[in-house]
Amino acid sequence: MIDHVERLHLVVIGNGMAGCRAVEELLARDARRYRVTIFGAERHVNYNRIMLSPVLAGEKSFDDIVINDADWYRANDIALIAGDPVTAIDRASRTVMSRGGRVVHYDKLLIATGSDPFIIPVPGAALPGVVGFRDMSDVDAMLAAAERGGDAVVIGGGLLGLEAAHGLSLRGMKVTVLHLMPTLMERQLDEAAGWLLKSALEARGQTILTGADTAEIIGADAVEGVRLKDGRVIPAQLVVMAAGIRPNTALAREAGLAVDRGIKVDDHLVTSDPDVLAVGECVEHDGQVYGLVAPLWEMCRALADGLVGQPSGYRGSVTSTKLKVSGIDVFSAGDFAGGDGAEDIVLRDASRGVYKRVVVRDDRLVGAVLYGDTADGAWYFDLLRKQEDIAGLRDVLIFGQAFAQGGGQADPRAAVAALPDDTEICGCNGVSKGQVIACIGNGAASLDAVRAGCKASASCGSCTTLVGQLLDLTLGEAVEAGPKTMCKCTSFGHDDVRREIVAQEMRSIPEVMHKLHWSTPDGCSSCRPALNYYLLCALPGDYRDDQQSRFVNERMHANIQKDGTYSVVPRMWGGITTPGELRAIADVVEKYNAPMVKVTGGQRLDIFGIRKEDLPAVWADLNAAGMVSGHAYGKALRTVKTCVGAEWCRFGTQDSTGLGVKLERGFWGSWMPHKFKMAVSGCPRNCAEATIKDFGVICVDSGYELHVGGNGGIHIRATDLLVKVATETEAIHYAAAFVQLYREEARYLERTAPWIERVGLAHVKDRIVEDAAGRDALAARFWHAQTFSQDDPWAERAVGKAREQHAHMAAFNPIRVEEIA
Amino acid sequence: MTGEWLDIGWLEEIPVRGSRTVPVDGGEEIALFRTGDDKVFALVNRCPHKGGPLSQGIVHGHSVACPLHNWTIALATGEAQGGDRGCTPIIPVKISGGRVLICRASTLRAAA
Ligand code: SRM
Ligand SMILES: Cc1cc2nc3c(=O)[nH]c(=O)nc-3n(C[C@H](O)[C@H](O)[C@H](O)COP(=O)(O)OP(=O)(O)OC[C@H]3O[C@@H](n4cnc5c(N)ncnc54)[C@H](O)[C@@H]3O)c2cc1C
Ligand code: SF4
Ligand code: FES
Repeated sequence: MIDHVERLHLVVIGNGMAGCRAVEELLARDARRYRVTIFGAERHVNYNRIMLSPVLAGEKSFDDIVINDADWYRANDIALIAGDPVTAIDRASRTVMSRGGRVVHYDKLLIATGSDPFIIPVPGAALPGVVGFRDMSDVDAMLAAAERGGDAVVIGGGLLGLEAAHGLSLRGMKVTVLHLMPTLMERQLDEAAGWLLKSALEARGQTILTGADTAEIIGADAVEGVRLKDGRVIPAQLVVMAAGIRPNTALAREAGLAVDRGIKVDDHLVTSDPDVLAVGECVEHDGQVYGLVAPLWEMCRALADGLVGQPSGYRGSVTSTKLKVSGIDVFSAGDFAGGDGAEDIVLRDASRGVYKRVVVRDDRLVGAVLYGDTADGAWYFDLLRKQEDIAGLRDVLIFGQAFAQGGGQADPRAAVAALPDDTEICGCNGVSKGQVIACIGNGAASLDAVRAGCKASASCGSCTTLVGQLLDLTLGEAVEAGPKTMCKCTSFGHDDVRREIVAQEMRSIPEVMHKLHWSTPDGCSSCRPALNYYLLCALPGDYRDDQQSRFVNERMHANIQKDGTYSVVPRMWGGITTPGELRAIADVVEKYNAPMVKVTGGQRLDIFGIRKEDLPAVWADLNAAGMVSGHAYGKALRTVKTCVGAEWCRFGTQDSTGLGVKLERGFWGSWMPHKFKMAVSGCPRNCAEATIKDFGVICVDSGYELHVGGNGGIHIRATDLLVKVATETEAIHYAAAFVQLYREEARYLERTAPWIERVGLAHVKDRIVEDAAGRDALAARFWHAQTFSQDDPWAERAVGKAREQHAHMAAFNPIRVEEIA
Repeated sequence: MTGEWLDIGWLEEIPVRGSRTVPVDGGEEIALFRTGDDKVFALVNRCPHKGGPLSQGIVHGHSVACPLHNWTIALATGEAQGGDRGCTPIIPVKISGGRVLICRASTLRAAA
């Protein structure tokens, strides 16, 4: 018999993962020092909470996930009071009170109350049918709902939400996941991995709505659906709230212990009261609150060391995450914030569906994200936690442990040289090492020549590095540099990327970056705007423009000036204005103290010095007078310059002003590879300077001469005559075909002049003059795209769209804050 | 409420791969950046080259490309990358309970 009176009494609140593990650790060190009582709110013995997901999915039963059964409590003489939660702590008398009326004295108290699901405060959140995902009773509620079938909505696309969605969908429910952020599991995964995950879940029949903000849960007596802030309603008989967790700190707070986000503990898990300890998800250590089990294990060790008088100390944890959805492998660890001197190493293998990214700083691994192949997760995590020096592995790190440590092949070239001849180098086109070497032997001396010769690395590009190494090995110094790649993020040039976007029907920037093996996580300021344009051009009406991939002027719809203010240029169709417009402009100049208003070289007025906060108001005033954005900032139609023409001029042959207005009205708003300028002159005296424009019209007695490819900028170039037509209608039709050809074929930031020099006037004539059907098809595609692009961007913003681009987030007034203090 | 940290607002108010600004009375504006992997950085909103408003640049990785002449500035250190030389002051920032907090003292120092 053990003598109870002699021993100190340890009372534990919370029969969960941390509470019981702490007791286990204590028993392992000294089984005789404490008498233990555990209070548990749940009616169960201690079970493995993380395995609730496989229970929901039907892969495990409750019995499978029990950690300590009733025998364990009995054998260790632990009093378990299950189903009777503690309701108060009285530190003065060192007692705890339970709901059932028990009052128990303690010598040491351990709080291990875990967390509660965060229930987002929307109307209807308390309706029957709304559940969290935290304990066995939640799983029981979900299983009962699944039994009845129907629709389920899971709010939250993090680890918990996705595991709930997976389980419910295996149980036969039609599941929609609502996620507030643009990508899934954004705390653990970068955008590329989040995108892959979303595609994989969608392929399994789940509906994933990102950027979905819940407004209300609707239903009379029970849940009937969820209404989003954008008005959409998703029917549901079950709503699972998985929008996050909140440390369960109420007891501690009421007892007067120091609590911030969690219960504050020191390195020995002691709270602000030396006799009260706390452990698990309910605590805050060194400013950190954890939501995973690994830190609990480390905390419990330090806690037990402290309880037996051999303090060791807990120093915080590095965490890693794995998603428990069978068939989908996702791993993330550490901090991928990088920062000071951090470097990303990215490997993408689209054919295998693999994405890997490791972040290295000062020769140490600091973070890793793996998708599709997580075999090396543990190895990376180990390197990360031990802060091992990886300088020697740097070049091969991304290939994983087997490669990096396989027989001292830390030199990638040696590794490639050692590959047998029949090793497949290019998976997409089935090209072996021997075939690549043979191709190089036959005279291919550059990456491009190899791509043309044997197709290796011509599709997804993931083997580009290998092909490059084979070139190096075979030719050494004699390797020729290829044509320019789009930027340092890819080995492909603009034309290749565009061709693949269309051929593989790609729909988003992350998809392009993944399928074409971008070497950076989210591109750079060169490739992102280009990709955004290529997708926009390929998918009119369908593609959602990525504002963050636009240069400042196109994002702000105004031209930035050297002092950070903006200039505003409203459209003046064909250079014609009215007293009303001039008055409105004059009013704006005065009202917003614009320091200057100037007539531009493009026949309109430019208002300078507007602050970004004032832009929406300025636009509202200009809109009110009927004026819209002049796109003076855009890779888009700028002005259509005109002369007075036949209406007034004694030499005028046609209505040049009228045609200019028609062109500007038809073509404004269209996004292009670069800016695009037009002009119409009423006679060959050419007062509108039509022969240095991208598209210029010279009116003559017998009709209209159409000129293309002019430029008055850095390298002046006079236009080429494309064709002469008889009517205005034909002139506009040819203009549409020409603009569309330019939109589809020119590289981003290539004006028409260098484009025509590159492809040749003959090519342009072939497509537009010789090929009547082709001309019609081009024009048809242009007008189709225009149906989606002629919304005035100023009008949308004047009424509040993209407010975050203009308004400050907060203001800091040092003096006023001091006063509040 | 003063303390060490200034509460600026919800993390969600900063667009992903975007930026928001905080003017400082009598001092220089602060730019808060949120990167693709959801990290937040705060810098004085001034390019070391010719003072361009960094908040208006394209954010990629943990860098921003200045909107005026395309210098690349590392968000963590404020240092110009590549061949360019110069540094923008940074301000310690942290996220707590979804709120963005910046260091008061550094903000004041940047303001002075
Ligand atoms: C305002 C204006 C000057 C003026 O006060 O008259 C102007 C101002 C700028 N031009 Fe221009 N250009 C202006 C007419 C021109 C013209 C004349 C014309 O269009 O008839 C040309 C030569 C014609 C041509 O483009 O072929 C011209 C050739 C350029 C170039 C060189 C383009 C080239 O292909 O070589 C640039 C640089 C660029 O685009 O990369 C440029 C760039 C610029 C930028 C956008 C510089 C910049 O990036 O900040 C200036 C913006 C100032 C602002 O905030 O508004 N501007 N620029 C003219 C606006 C016309 C309009 O109403 O939209
Ligand atoms: C479905 C699911 C899947 C998960 N998957 C993973 C995973 O894959 N990997 C991972 O690392 N982590 C995972 N987690 C998180 C992990 O389960 C938690 O980090 C861990 O359980 C926290 O342990 P804890 O002891 O602090 O809290 P809990 O395990 O929640 O224990 C707290 C206990 O205290 C009880 N309690 C609360 N208040 C009182 C009171 N007043 N009186 C008496 N008892 C009280 C609660 O009922 C509960 O039983 C998952 C969690 C869930 C819900
Ligand atoms: S010519 Fe154009 S780009 Fe050069 S200073 Fe004048 S407006 Fe600016
Ligand atoms: S001011 Fe930033 S690059 Fe010139």
